[in-house]
Amino acid sequence: MKFALKIIKDFPAYLWSGWGAIATILLFIAFWDMGNQIYGDLVLPSPLETFKTLNLMLHDKNIITEIQTTLYRASIGFGLSLLIGTILGLLAGFFATASMMSRPIVTILVGMPPIAWIVLAMIWFGMGDETVIFTVIVASFPIIFVGALQGTRTLDGDLKEMAESFKLPWHMKFFDVYFPHIFSYVFPAWVSGLGMAWKIVIMAELLATSTGIGASLSIARSQLDTPTALAIVVIMIGSLMFIEYIILEPIKREVELWRD
Amino acid sequence: MERLEVKKLNHRFGFTEILKNINFSLNKGEVLSIVGPSGGGKTTLLHLCANILDVQEGNITNTFTSSAFAFQEARLLPWKNTIDNISLGLLAKGENRSQSIQKAQEIALKFGLTEDDFEKFPKDLSGGMKQRVSFARALVVKPSLLFLDEPFSALDIGLKKELQAILIEMIVNKEISILFITHDLMEAIRLSDVMLLLKADPGHIVKEFRFDVAQDKRDDRYVYGKSAEILQDEEIINTFELELK
Ligand SMILES: Nc1ncnc2c1ncn2[C@@H]1O[C@H](COP(=O)(O)OP(=O)(O)OP(=O)(O)O)[C@@H](O)[C@H]1O
Ligand SMILES: [Mg+2]
Repeated sequence: MKFALKIIKDFPAYLWSGWGAIATILLFIAFWDMGNQIYGDLVLPSPLETFKTLNLMLHDKNIITEIQTTLYRASIGFGLSLLIGTILGLLAGFFATASMMSRPIVTILVGMPPIAWIVLAMIWFGMGDETVIFTVIVASFPIIFVGALQGTRTLDGDLKEMAESFKLPWHMKFFDVYFPHIFSYVFPAWVSGLGMAWKIVIMAELLATSTGIGASLSIARSQLDTPTALAIVVIMIGSLMFIEYIILEPIKREVELWRD
Repeated sequence: MERLEVKKLNHRFGFTEILKNINFSLNKGEVLSIVGPSGGGKTTLLHLCANILDVQEGNITNTFTSSAFAFQEARLLPWKNTIDNISLGLLAKGENRSQSIQKAQEIALKFGLTEDDFEKFPKDLSGGMKQRVSFARALVVKPSLLFLDEPFSALDIGLKKELQAILIEMIVNKEISILFITHDLMEAIRLSDVMLLLKADPGHIVKEFRFDVAQDKRDDRYVYGKSAEILQDEEIINTFELELK
């Protein structure tokens, strides 16, 4: 509770520090406009046109439905990998044999290109929600699993001894000694897992479904509707930036205050 | 009678013999120090006595009602600030939060930390500050037996003297028993009733020195005189491989 208050209290200062980022984004938009003047509207529509299209899209009920579909798939997929990945990762970390056994599996999961998973999932599940959700899970699960595994594997034996010597009761051992360390590994893994989930959900939708913003992107491509395609890209990047910089980063800062 | 007794203790790490045939005992109210060369197995011995390591061969009986340990490296929780680190042992004993915090603040001030340091994380503390926090964390629980592993090694002479004075007061009032390790002969002479000399490879006790004057009566002359005397001792010269000139 105290913690949540502190995050909110530090929030304005954090936002203020974002001016540099905003300047960079504006500079980027300036270059984008320059690109438009050189290559023409078909290849690269101007930022103004893109944002106009974006505005129209955001007032279009159908598009909102597509966005909701995508959000639904991404959150189910990410939520499941967060839950399963964290739990299995912690368990694997606590047992040496389990962590050894899980290594090759993780290597396969990480090493296999998502596109290959999509093909397999299409064969297994057909063209629908399951395919997309499955691909999202397969892509973000290993990241979270490895984070949780490393968090548990790297627990400091010296601190465990210290906790023993002061006879800390189990709940103090867990909340004061183990949890902060493990969380400092798991939380960043959640963040990368989320980024991964968001990217993969679009890709899977583009290839395997006829709904969601991934599919809208596919339609825009077939109609050579570049402004719509770019507007969708802006939605994707904008939402990711919002989650990452407005929600996650302030939490991460407070959580990792004690780090060097 | 609370008592720590070590009998015929041997210890190995892998195939290396670290400790061999260690025997000593520590009664309530006594201060026992162990000096010896680096890598001689002092920390290992202390960890065995404190039940942090499992005894392999021999016997250790500890009937002290409570104990606390100040480690050679501070071993603070990196995600807790100074006060929360110090109050850890108090909270573990089930004392309530506000009282623990108050006690922690009092002892922190007594140990030369300032209010500015209270909220700092260990990463923002100096080596000597960390050591004081670790020492405070052990002492604040008022243990019957205190294990100290070179508690003053990172402190300047002024601070060292201040903290020693705090310990001496507790020793003279018979509030505490201490088993401690040091590299500093003068510190051992100033604080302990019995000083054991631990020779390396494998660690075994070669000599025992007793100091009969009460700790608060030991002035600098006594300490310097004893040091000079002990530095002439054959076993000390051998153990530390001191060159005579
Ligand atoms: N966990 C361990 N595994 C293997 N060897 C160890 C372990 N801990 C200590 N040793 C070895 O035991 C020997 C004694 O170590 P110890 O830490 O007890 O020395 P020490 O007397 O405390 O030295 P110092 O004065 O430098 O602190 C060293 O040779 C060290 O390498
Ligand atoms: Mg040592």
